Amino acid sequence: MKNVTSRLTIRDRRAFVSGAFFLTVAVFFYAVALGYAPGTTARMGPGYFPRLLSIVLAAIGLFVMAGAMRPTAEMQRLRAWDLKGLLWVTGSVMLFAFLLYPLGFVISLFVLIMVSSKASPEFTLKGALANAAVLIVLCVGVFVYGLGLKFPVWPTLFN
Amino acid sequence: MDLIHNLAIGFSTAFQLTNLVYAFIGCLLGTLIGVLPGLGPLATIAMLLPITYALTPEAALIMLAGIYYGAQYGGSTTAIVVNLPGESSSVVTTIDGYQMAKQGRAGVALSTAAIGSFFAGTVATLAVAALAQPLAATALLFGPKEFFSLMILGLVVASVLSSGPFIEGIGMVVLGMLLSLIGTDINSGTQRFAFGIPQLFDGIDFVPLAMGIFGFAEIVRNLEPHGDISLVTQKIRNLFPTREDFRRMMPAIFRGTALGTMLGVLPGGGAVLSSFASYTLEKKLSKHPEQFGKGAIEGVAGPESANNAGAQTSFIPLLTLGIPSNVVMALMVGAMTIHNIQPGPQVMTKNPPLFWGLIVSMWIGNLMLVILNLPLVGLWVKLLSIPYRYLFPAIMVFCSIGVFSINNGTFEVYEAALFCIFGYMLMKLDLPAAPLLLGLVLGPAIEENFRRAMVLSRGDSTVFLTSPLSGGLLAAAAVAVVLITLPAIRSKREEALKE
Repeated sequence: MKNVTSRLTIRDRRAFVSGAFFLTVAVFFYAVALGYAPGTTARMGPGYFPRLLSIVLAAIGLFVMAGAMRPTAEMQRLRAWDLKGLLWVTGSVMLFAFLLYPLGFVISLFVLIMVSSKASPEFTLKGALANAAVLIVLCVGVFVYGLGLKFPVWPTLFN
Repeated sequence: MDLIHNLAIGFSTAFQLTNLVYAFIGCLLGTLIGVLPGLGPLATIAMLLPITYALTPEAALIMLAGIYYGAQYGGSTTAIVVNLPGESSSVVTTIDGYQMAKQGRAGVALSTAAIGSFFAGTVATLAVAALAQPLAATALLFGPKEFFSLMILGLVVASVLSSGPFIEGIGMVVLGMLLSLIGTDINSGTQRFAFGIPQLFDGIDFVPLAMGIFGFAEIVRNLEPHGDISLVTQKIRNLFPTREDFRRMMPAIFRGTALGTMLGVLPGGGAVLSSFASYTLEKKLSKHPEQFGKGAIEGVAGPESANNAGAQTSFIPLLTLGIPSNVVMALMVGAMTIHNIQPGPQVMTKNPPLFWGLIVSMWIGNLMLVILNLPLVGLWVKLLSIPYRYLFPAIMVFCSIGVFSINNGTFEVYEAALFCIFGYMLMKLDLPAAPLLLGLVLGPAIEENFRRAMVLSRGDSTVFLTSPLSGGLLAAAAVAVVLITLPAIRSKREEALKE
């Protein structure tokens, strides 16, 4: 081994961040679990098992982080996020949930389909509208009339 | 014979008209989503789970099971015809199946897959029927410490077999278990990690989590720009294998079935693992390994039989021990709980029509699938021409409706949206999501059994190792860990030696 520098470097960034993620979650859960009575090993309280698991997860996190710094670790970068796609997809779902009660099933479905369609690079307004029409008819037919799920179909403002 | 009597109960349940109809719907849906890339059995079952409220427990489970094994059939169809694995379990089928199609033998490859799958399905059904009773009888002898060790074994093996480094798989299991602690502690009534949010008092439901990760986050990933997929559809001419084909595929089918039946029972096993293992085995055993990758019929027959057998026998641990061996089975736990059925050895004794009806329906379902698949191949392939930009909003709609109908509330929908971001992060970090879900599902039972065992032993934690059965299970888990680390050491040493 000739070129090993004395300073530790993070070679596998993917693994390092994964380990750090485990460690963060573990610390958080441990801190919250301190508020619950641990009890004894023979009579465990609500705080015993969470603390145990948090310690295990923290150890795993540290181990993974250390592994990412081994001189033999594979060089890996973090992969880029497609923030636009993520935003359209999660945003449309949240909008659906937000609009369902005031505006009803049909309108919120329409919003969900139109907004989520924007996530595709091949979005066309005509295509999305046609898709929305087909899906809304299908869903109202199957879920509301067919399976009898309790959805507010139309805006509740008018009832 | 007990077995025959039991199978008779099963046949009378499975042949009720409603159950036949739901088995058919399940198989049809399974094939459909198997054909469509980007939508797997997991998201589909999660989506339909809340809707099964309205059905009888038998019909619900029969339909959901049909989706799972039906997807194996559908996945192989597209793998062969257009080189697109609809399911991860048919990835290996693309290697030789598509080559056969290019040589104008798509029809033969499809029938090979169908024959193999049907044979495997039949054997696996019998295996489930034969193994269920003795296993369930063993499970009845289990106390808290044995159940604890058994679940640890299951989770360890599941992480060993998941993609990526083992230690990260275990980390995901523990993370899932921590998430499962959210909600009311049944022993003390304390609200843990709920932060005063009343919707969290019952804990995190796994449907929004599964949907967020395997439904929504999967969509975000599929929308990322990637290489063009060109669909070259081959004309399907002759469906019938020649005598030579039969001579070559039958041993592969037998081996694939045996392998899949065994690997399916393993925790973390199931269809995907079985198909890969079978392909490797066939290639090793073949007298013409050079033909693999160039349209060897064994490369289709073996894995296709194995994935079907594995899909079916993965029901064994669930039905007999109450332990889901993979994520789809974890969802089946959810389906059973919806109908107030506690998965485990008592299902068989308390509810024989459900248990045996489900098993027999798997065999009937396999028969339906052969009929459904071979003549309708053309139709299934046409479905692939639906552009993804129309398909994914539909998936989003069905997922959102499914999540909403869990409690007829929007809280779960918001939850699923947040888990989408979480799932996307896991994908970017290459952290496996399956162990997380298993941890989430098994977490409460593990804590409960751990606490009970400790009460019984008066706080002596060595009891897990000193009791022979529990100690044996933990030893098996340790062996699995050692086995997975050994090749890693070996390959690292090889790397070192190269330089």
